[in-house]
Amino acid sequence: MAQILSPLPGTFYRSPSPGQPAYKNDGDSVAVGDVIGLIEVMKSFHEVKSEVAGSNVRFTADNEEPVMAGAPLADLD
Amino acid sequence: MLKKLLVANRGEIAVRIIRAAKDLGIRTVAVHSAADATSLHVLLADEAVNIGPPAAKKSYLNIDVIIEAAKATGCDSIHPGYGFLAENATFSDAVTAAGLVFVGPSGDAIRLMGDKVSARSAAAAAGVPVVPGSTGRVEGIDAGRHVLIDTGFPVMIKAAAGGGGRGIRIANTLAEFEQAFPQAEAEALAAFGDGGLYMEKVIGKARHIEVQVLADGTHAIHCYERECSLQRRRQKVWEEAPSRALSEELREELCSSAVALAKAVGYSGAGTVEYLYDDEANRFYFIEMNTRIQVEHPVTEAITGIDLVAEMLRIAGGEPLRIRQKDVSVRGHAIEVRINAEDPSKDFAPFPGTVGDLRIPGGPGVRFDSMLYPGYQVPPFYDSLLAKLIVHGETREAAITRLVRALSELKIDGMKTTKPLFLALAADPSVQAGDVHTRWLEGWLNDNAAKLAD
Repeated sequence: MAQILSPLPGTFYRSPSPGQPAYKNDGDSVAVGDVIGLIEVMKSFHEVKSEVAGSNVRFTADNEEPVMAGAPLADLD
Repeated sequence: MLKKLLVANRGEIAVRIIRAAKDLGIRTVAVHSAADATSLHVLLADEAVNIGPPAAKKSYLNIDVIIEAAKATGCDSIHPGYGFLAENATFSDAVTAAGLVFVGPSGDAIRLMGDKVSARSAAAAAGVPVVPGSTGRVEGIDAGRHVLIDTGFPVMIKAAAGGGGRGIRIANTLAEFEQAFPQAEAEALAAFGDGGLYMEKVIGKARHIEVQVLADGTHAIHCYERECSLQRRRQKVWEEAPSRALSEELREELCSSAVALAKAVGYSGAGTVEYLYDDEANRFYFIEMNTRIQVEHPVTEAITGIDLVAEMLRIAGGEPLRIRQKDVSVRGHAIEVRINAEDPSKDFAPFPGTVGDLRIPGGPGVRFDSMLYPGYQVPPFYDSLLAKLIVHGETREAAITRLVRALSELKIDGMKTTKPLFLALAADPSVQAGDVHTRWLEGWLNDNAAKLAD
């Protein structure tokens, strides 16, 4: 099992903007470099690119959840 | 006079407002999110209320919870600061409806000035020069073509309901206009649910000059102007007062026009009328009115000796404006720089962190408005402003020399900040000569940003 960790502290978002579909849904496969969400740090937005590959992604952080740097965002098989 | 004030904000401005209130003998209540429990504004206020989770939407923007906190703590008034709910007409109305005093203008005044089209009409009606453009909403491309007679090219097409630069298109020729107009219409409709547009002449090289006003609903005065031409991505980074670009005659004309507008709309509280100033044509044009206290208000306080936040509190408490225009005079020159938690050598990447050793500049002519203390953890959830360094000197040259002295005293361990940017700007010949415009800094950064490492 692999984990995707937050590279930054801030607020985690699962979609590019409100009302748009999530970058990834639970169960999707993830390749290295895939964008899986955004982190908002001090009003600027940064894409979270996965550094690991896997299948059956399961998000452990909710949309709009405050996260610390290094916090787990999702598990992968 | 107000007796107990809730400060609906955080960071340095909450600290600033709490200080002004305490100076007037007003009791203070801070509100804070779960991420701000150890913030300086919480530590300084007489009481504090936790209003929710870190996300601003769930705390600092939650109107019901804030009004409930004010009632529960026995407050008679709410100061919104800047940002968050400061220019939210619904909030002003809700505070008033709850039987509390909103420290700022009425919801109607906020609405009038918040809508670009109605603000422009109000300014034009008060005799304030506006940028040549449409008199109101432009419905359809035929009407748009008609506006081109006044504006010429380049022309800016904006969403009437837009903000923050979204939905803006610039056309340099008729062919570009024919293409851009329908696109802007569709984009405005998609983004704001309102396809209304307005059009404005593009002023090429301009300075940003704004006039501070104080009003009590009947009387209005100005406290002279500030120049904020050094901007990055439309955010001001360095502000000064007075502007060196204006002649005495033009200064008088500019400041009087701001007073005329404030009076025409029955304005109450502190406000700022913003203008573009075209150096070459010696003309100024109204852009917008900000119905709040602004980040850069301390430069005006430095040159006039007026405590703007205290005056806001007095006016909100029902006192008539106690300063007359003839009593307002300018002494010396002041500069404010914004110390942000950003790394200027890495495209201003945000840098939340923990403050280590902290050395704050002092001495004559130096003011440091901040929420920092050693060991303070700067949360990642809000904007990056850490502190404002304000210097005052007899002349602009003396103020710049003092700025460099104060910056050299400043030390914020553990953080990357914009301090190196201001040391470099203070040493730049164009900045020293005051020879800048609103797009100057971005060009300068293209050549110099890499050298701004701490």
